[in-house]
Formats: sequence, structure tokens, C-alpha cells
Amino acid sequence: MKLGFSLEDEAFRAECASWLQEQMSGPFADIKGIPNLCDAIPRRKEWEQQLAAHRWSCIGWPGEWGGRDATINQQVIFAEEYARAGAPNRINHIGVELAGPTILAFGTEEQKARYLPGIAGGTSIWCQGYSEPNAGSDLGNVKTRARIEDGEWVVNGQKVWTSLAHYSDMIFVVARSEEGSKGPKGLSFLLMDMDQPGIEVRPIEQINGEAEFNETFLTDARCPADSMLGKPGEGWKVAMALLGFERGVSTLGQQMQFRNELDGVIDAARANGKASDPVIRQRIAQAEIGLRLMRYGALRMLSNVAAAGIDGAALTYKIQWATWRRDLGELAMDVLGQAGEVAQGDEYRWSMLPNMYLFSRSDTIYGGTNQIQRNLIAERGLGLPREPRGDL
Amino acid sequence: MEFAFTDEQGMIADTVRAFFVENATSERTRAAMAADGIDRDLWTAFATELGLAGIALPEEHGGAGLGMVELALTAEAAGAQVAALPLLGHAMMGQAIARGGSAEQHAQWLPRLAAGELISTVARASSITARDGALSGALPYLPHGAAADLLLVHTDDRAWIVDLKAGGVAVTPHVTMDQTRPLATVTLDNAPAEALANGAEAVAGALAAGWIVLAAEALGGAQAALDRTVDYSKERVQFGRPIGSFQAYKHRLADMLVDIEQARSAVYWAACTVDEGSDEAKLALHAAKSFCADTYHMCAGNMIQLHGGIGFTWEHDAHLFFKRARSILTLLGDSQWHREQIATLIMGEAA
Repeated sequence: MKLGFSLEDEAFRAECASWLQEQMSGPFADIKGIPNLCDAIPRRKEWEQQLAAHRWSCIGWPGEWGGRDATINQQVIFAEEYARAGAPNRINHIGVELAGPTILAFGTEEQKARYLPGIAGGTSIWCQGYSEPNAGSDLGNVKTRARIEDGEWVVNGQKVWTSLAHYSDMIFVVARSEEGSKGPKGLSFLLMDMDQPGIEVRPIEQINGEAEFNETFLTDARCPADSMLGKPGEGWKVAMALLGFERGVSTLGQQMQFRNELDGVIDAARANGKASDPVIRQRIAQAEIGLRLMRYGALRMLSNVAAAGIDGAALTYKIQWATWRRDLGELAMDVLGQAGEVAQGDEYRWSMLPNMYLFSRSDTIYGGTNQIQRNLIAERGLGLPREPRGDL
Repeated sequence: MEFAFTDEQGMIADTVRAFFVENATSERTRAAMAADGIDRDLWTAFATELGLAGIALPEEHGGAGLGMVELALTAEAAGAQVAALPLLGHAMMGQAIARGGSAEQHAQWLPRLAAGELISTVARASSITARDGALSGALPYLPHGAAADLLLVHTDDRAWIVDLKAGGVAVTPHVTMDQTRPLATVTLDNAPAEALANGAEAVAGALAAGWIVLAAEALGGAQAALDRTVDYSKERVQFGRPIGSFQAYKHRLADMLVDIEQARSAVYWAACTVDEGSDEAKLALHAAKSFCADTYHMCAGNMIQLHGGIGFTWEHDAHLFFKRARSILTLLGDSQWHREQIATLIMGEAA
């Protein structure tokens, strides 16, 4: 057990840190540290391509697909330096962290050659078509249908909560390909082009007044017969494997955003004197502890990837960070007082902390609500009896 | 960076876990609770058969030469069985001398500590006078104080060893809520005291070891409280189904695991920072002690609640966990104090 990095790893750190800092103080200084996922989209697409041009876009991937075969330690270091340099949230996070690894794991050689270069090269932005109006927590209830017609998959249905769909080039869709099937059986995993008449995207206005999420309507949307990952009926297996990738190194990048938010709370408390309130001090200390434990939990997950069996740290991670951030939002508002409840300008738009307070109410819902997480932890982690399924 | 146990650490963990499960039984622990809170046979076997009393002491003085990670592994396994052992005082005394003692003090004390020949306790001196190599004053609520042979007295930057079997020492045992770690008040009246050569190092070593032992005991206890409750919830049937199939029940168990996993990260993060001399050590130690103590108390309380009436009986072991959790909360600084230390580290003193 060791927390320090080797000299070789530190040399790698110096290399990526100097490149990232150079970019963020030079050609990409204008998008340094921008917090909002929806801002400066064209510049952030250019940033993806700049990363790719210097082989930094997907360092954990194999060299033949544009990666560097980076070790876990190198990926941890890159995530740390990426955030330290103030580089913006990856607009193609879903492509690089989710779609790519899933295609590497389940794709044919032909599929890899078709999809991976666009992701690695930053030219193909991806979004995720899982949830539906009646398949949120109960993902097995997917109603979107796919059928073969004239050598193509034809897809009909509605997806919801597709983040960044309005900027995406590709979407992966879980759809029911076996007529009359129920639950996780009979689902398939399709990779589809967004730019077609059969796909319509409508933004969903959220409680914070913004619209990161969308409804995506598929009406006779089409994709070639060979754009399915896995076989027909294996969609559930592929979809679940993909969710596993969500708990990888990308969590460390997310934690850097949390670091900025907690620092924002601390700065605000210092500025308005709340930093001397003993109760606020307790809560800030607790938030600091929680953030550190998130980091070391992630390092445990990453160090244990080779270990067999269910890893408790991985299983509990989602509810841990979602709850932490919700609590931080409440702390932020208690620190800010009424100043946090008024917008800076004439529009219903919020600065980082009030926005986080509002947005964090979605953290405990998307990707499996806290309640679903507790069921998973209890049933998969602790081996408790499964909840009986209703038949309505 | 490799934040997972090495093969050797994994073997130590398996060995100590098996040792405590087999030997630190409820029956033996209860026998110790009725006496002075130490299972002497267990202590002897721990020290001599397994050689674990000197796990974090230097090899040249009879120890195993390992670090805080391995110390934490043993304390975690002991805590999982609520073993009646004087680990806290022992670890603090050992690290105080190892880090702050002179060469003569090393040679004099460490081999005997590594062999488990001496029982130690610790006191933070709030009102004590030191004169001519002797200490005077009352030291309340010392863990395993009545059973101890040796006392470490410390301030922020000075530390002394007092032989409790020598003159000038009066010991008053207390009936204590946690009978596996009974407290005693020791009153010194010009008791001969040997100052450790480097007081500040001794205090830092003692506190780091003490916080790690308590945090690791808490982790082991919390995990055991969860494991035992999970087992019970699969056996106990009400309303025609195992009670563990009810969501209200499941979700409480899930919340326990969420905090236990964080507690596990906290213990081994803190242990690594001390072993590696990291500048995060202070923050990590305060985080580990407060988070793990809070987690244990929550889990042990849930253990009673989720067992229903049987969990409230003296016969069931749930109260052993609950009372140990309570004593860990208080020992070596409560959670509010540790969090205030963290607040000061990150924001400075309150204005």
C-alpha cells in the first residue's frame, strides 16, 4: 500500500503538466476554467481536437486507436494535472469515457475502425440514450423499438435526459429488438448518427433555468444493420458494462470540479465572516473530509480493478458523491445567505454556487437515484433478498 | 501509487482476523469485562505466538519493523471482535519511545514492549507539575489505567514515562460503560518520571498511533456490526419474509456500507501518510479519527435498532459494539474537536 508516485510517474506528470499549462495560458486561455457544460461549445470542440493532435485525448486507450496505453497511475496523474491547469470539462466525456471503452470491449474490428478514430480525434461527440419517460430507475422497462427493414435498423421511441444531445454527432441507444419481450431481455445496443431526419432533439428547461438535458424523439430513425454492439438481445449486458466504465478515472476529474466548488464556499465564508461561525466551520471541515475520502475511495477502486468480486468502494461511490454535493449545495446557500438567492443580472441565471445548489438536486436522481443505489448496494453488495417485482 | 494491500499485508490481515475470530470470543471477552478489561491469555498469545505487539516497532529492538498500515490492520481485526486488549496505550507508548526516545530509552523499553511484557496507558497532562524528575497531579480517565504497568504522560511537546508500580502513584479504578476498556484515575505525588529525549516527536508519534488505532478499531467494529446485522436480517422472518427484504431495513444497511467504505479509505489514507511522511498526515489523522468514530457509533446504534428487542439485551453482543463505539468517540479528542482542527488547517483560526 503506497500513496506516493514513482520517479518515472513524476516525469510523466511534468510532461503533461507543462503541456496543459502551456495550452491554458496560451491558445486556449479563453476557455480556462469555464464551469458551465453548455458554454463555448465550438471552442471546446477545438480543444478536443487539440488534445487529440497531441495524443492526450484518450490516454488510457491502446496506442493503435489513438491512446497511449497509459497505466492507471498515469491516468490518475493526467486527471490531476488536467484539473490543476484549469482545463475545461471534456465536452466529449461520454464518447471518451463511456462509448469508447464499450466499443473497445464489445465492438468488432470493423466497428472499432468506424467509430474510435472520431472519438479519439475529437471530431465525433457522443450522447447517451438510456432513460425514457417510463424507464428511468427501471431501465429494463425500455419501450423504444428497433426492427430490421431493408438491411437497416429502424428505431422508434422517445429518450429523455440525454445530456448534450443538441451538440452531439452520435448517440448510443438501448432499444427493444424482440417484439413482446419484457425487462432486460430482448434489448439491443445501437450506435446511431444524430444528423438524420428521424431524430429530433428538444431541450428540457431545468429548475436552474438552463437546459443541459434534452428529450430525443426517434421516428423511423435509421442506422446500418452492423451498427449494433454485441448481438441482438445482448443490449442489457452491454449497457451494464458501460455503466461500470463510469466509475473509472473520470471520477477524479469530476472531483476536481467539486474541489473548485468547495473552495468557492470557503472563499465566500471568508469574505462574509461566516468562516468564524463554529457550526459553519464544522460543516466545511466535514465537506473537506468527504471530498478527501472520495479521492481515496477512487484510488482504492482504481488500485483494485484487477481484484475479483464486488468492490464495495465502487458500489457505494455514486450515492457518496451525489449526497456530498447536495450537502455542499445546502452549505453554500447557508454561507451565502440572501446574497445567494438573488441573481447577478436581469436574467434567471446563477453563478457557480447557487447554480450548484440547484443542479445538485439532479445528482441524487440521474444515473440511478439514491434510493435505487441503496437497493443495489443492499442486494448486490450485501446479498439481501431482491425486492419482489410488481406486475403492473 | 498502489492503494491496495500488498500480498504481505493481505496475509497479515488474514492471520489477525482468523486469530481474533477464533480467540476473542464473546465468552472470553465477557470474562475479561468482569475482571480488569484485559484478556491476559489473548494478550500473551497476541504478543508471543503472533509477535504482533511489536508490529510497528524497530526490528533491532525485537519488533517487526512494519508501519502504521500494519498496525491499523491488527487494530481493525481486534476491533471487529471488540477484543479486550490494551492496544491503544501500548501502541501510543511504543511509538512515543520509538520516535522520541534516546538510544538508551530504546534499548531499555522497546524490547519489553515488543514482547508484550508491559501494559501501558496514556494521559494528556492538563494540570500537572514537573519538578526534579518527578510528576505530581491527578490524571483522570486513563484507558486500562488500573491494569497498566507503565504510563505515558504528555503535553503538546513534552513526554514522560512513569512506572506505575513504583512509589508516588495512587490508582482509582472506575466502573466504566465500556468494560473492555475500563478507565481509572491515576494520582501522582512526586512520582519518578523519565522524560523522553525528543518530546515533540514522542507526542507526534503517540498521537498518530493512537488516532490510527482508534480509527481502525472503529472501522473493524462498524464492519462487524454491519456483517452481523446482515446475517440476522436474512434469518429473521416477519410478515412471511426475511426482514432484510424490506426496503426500510435494506436502506439503513446500505447507508452503513456507504460510510464504512469511506471509513476504510480514511484509516489507510491516514496510515499511509504517516508511513510516507506526507504533509497531508495531520489532516488525514483528524479526518480518520472523527469520520471512523462517527461511522462506528452510527453502525452500532443501527445494529441494536435493526435487531429489535434482542439487540437491547445484555445477552446479545450488540451492546459491546455500541459501548466501544461510544468510548472511541470520546477518546483522544471528540469529533467536533477534530473537525475544528481541520477547519483551522484549511481556513486558519476563527476570528
